[in-house]
Amino acid sequence: MVKLRGTGLSAVNYPTGMNLGGDPSQALIHATTSGSFVVSLSATDLGQGLRTVIGQIAAEALGVGMDDVVIDTADTDTGPHDMGTFASRATHRVGNAVIAAAQEAREALLDVAEDELEAARSDLEFDGQGNILVRGAPDRSMKIADIAAAAQFKYGRTIAGRGVYMKPRSPVDPETGAMDPDSTEAHACTVAEVAVDTDTGEVTVLSIRSAYEVGRQINPALVKGQIVGGAWMGMSHALYETTQPYYPDPAYSPKDFSEYLMPGAYEMPKIECVVLEYPSSNGPYGVKGVGEMTANSPIPAIVNAIYHATGVRIDELPVTPELILRGLDARARAARLAETSTTPDS
Amino acid sequence: MGSKIVTFVLGGREVEVMVKPMTTLQAVLRYQLGYTAVKEGCRQGGCGSCTVLVEGEPVLACLLPAEDVAGQQVTTLESITPVDGLDPLQQAFLDASGFQCGYCTPGMIMVSKALLEHNPRPTREEILDALAGNICRCTGYEPIVAAVEGAAQAGAAPGAQRR
Ligand code: FES
Ligand code: FES
Repeated sequence: MVKLRGTGLSAVNYPTGMNLGGDPSQALIHATTSGSFVVSLSATDLGQGLRTVIGQIAAEALGVGMDDVVIDTADTDTGPHDMGTFASRATHRVGNAVIAAAQEAREALLDVAEDELEAARSDLEFDGQGNILVRGAPDRSMKIADIAAAAQFKYGRTIAGRGVYMKPRSPVDPETGAMDPDSTEAHACTVAEVAVDTDTGEVTVLSIRSAYEVGRQINPALVKGQIVGGAWMGMSHALYETTQPYYPDPAYSPKDFSEYLMPGAYEMPKIECVVLEYPSSNGPYGVKGVGEMTANSPIPAIVNAIYHATGVRIDELPVTPELILRGLDARARAARLAETSTTPDS
Repeated sequence: MGSKIVTFVLGGREVEVMVKPMTTLQAVLRYQLGYTAVKEGCRQGGCGSCTVLVEGEPVLACLLPAEDVAGQQVTTLESITPVDGLDPLQQAFLDASGFQCGYCTPGMIMVSKALLEHNPRPTREEILDALAGNICRCTGYEPIVAAVEGAAQAGAAPGAQRR
C-alpha cells in the first residue's frame, strides 16, 4: 500500500448578492411600550447567525444595547418583503435595510426628545448606550426606553422606522454581455493537503488552510464558524456526498439518510484560517458576504491536491475512491502503452 | 394489539404515557410530552439528533420502542438544564460556539454528558469516538470537540458540580 501525498491550491472571488430582477430587502423597526425595539424581517437565519449580526447592527444603528433589540425573522406571510437568505446576501442587504429603518426610528425618537428635554434638535445626541443627551448639559439626558414610553403614552405617537436596500436590476449589454451582477466581492485562497491510498482510492484530507478577505467582520466568532463549518462542507462535497453507487453495483448506493455519506468528527482535518478585512463601500459598516464561499474554496484545493499526489486529474464530484482507482489504472495503462510503443525504436 | 400504559422516570419525575405498540421513545418524548430538544433528524438511527440517556447510557430514541423504557430512568437535554442557568456542558457549547443551527446540539450534548460521566478526562480520541454517531451539518465538528474539551477542563463531570 502506498500513500501518496499532495498539496493543492485554490483562489476564489465570491459575489455578495446576485443579479435578480432587482434584489431588495426590507426591514421594519418599532419600539414597544417597554422601550425595546422589534426588528421585523422576512430573511431567514439558517444557523449562520443572521439574527445575531442583525441584532448587533440594529443596536449600533439605534444607539441601544443588544438586549434591547428583538429580531423577528422569517415569517413571509406577515413580514416585510425580502428576497431571502441566499447568495451570501443577507447580512449585506438586510443590514443596510436595518440601518435605514433605524435612522427613521431615531428621527421619531428625536421628535419626542425635543419636547421631553426642551432642547433644539441640533443639540440632541445619542450616546450609543441607550440614552439621548443634550449637548453640553450632562444632567439633561433621557433613556431611550423612557422616550419611547412617553411617545406612546403621553404623545400618542409611534417610534418606528422603515428601511429598504435595493440592488437595482442590472441589464445585460447585448453587445458585450457585460452587467453588474453583485454588490461587492469577498476573496479567499485555500491550501489543502491530502494523502491518497493507491490500493483503496481513499483520500484523507490532512489540512485545510485558508485566507479569507471578507470586508468588515461584524462578528468574528461567527465568521470563523462559517469558515470552519464551510471547510467541512467543502470537503464533504469534494469527497463524499453523492446518491450514486460507489462501485458499479447499485446495491452500494445510499438509499436513505442513514447511508448517505458525510465525513464525521473523525475525518476532520486540521483547519486553520486567517481573516483579512478590506471593508466594502456599500455594505453595512463595510460588510461583504461570507457564507457560501467557505464551502466552495476547499473543493478545487482538494481536487488539485489529489492531482498533485497522483497525477490523476478528476473533473467530477465527489471524487470517489472508484474515480481515483480508475484514474490510476488509466495512467498505468498509458504508461505501459508508451513503454511498448517506444521500446522497439530504442 | 391495543395501546398500553408505560411508566418511566423522566428527568427524575415519574411519567405515565399511553402508547401504541412500537411507538418510539423519540415520538413519545417530543410529540406526546413536548420535550422538543429530542430532535427527529432521520428517524432511522443515522444522525444521533434524537439521543437521550436511558439509565445514563446514550440511546437513539428514534429506534427504541417506548415500552422498552418501562420503569427506567430517561434523561433529555431538558432534564439536565437547571431552572436558573445552564449545565456546565451547555455553557461550554456556548463558550466554544459549538453550534450554529442547533439541530444536532441536544444529541451532541447528551452523548458528551454520558462520556464525561463515565470518563471525566477524555482524550481527544475518546471524544471523537463518543461523537462518531452524531452528525452536524453546520460546524465542521471542531467547535463541538472544543466544547467537550472545555467542559472536561472546567470539570463538568458529576461530582464537580451541583446536581
Ligand atoms: S433521528 Fe434518531 S438517529 Fe436520526
Ligand atoms: S449546528 Fe447545525 S447541525 Fe450541528
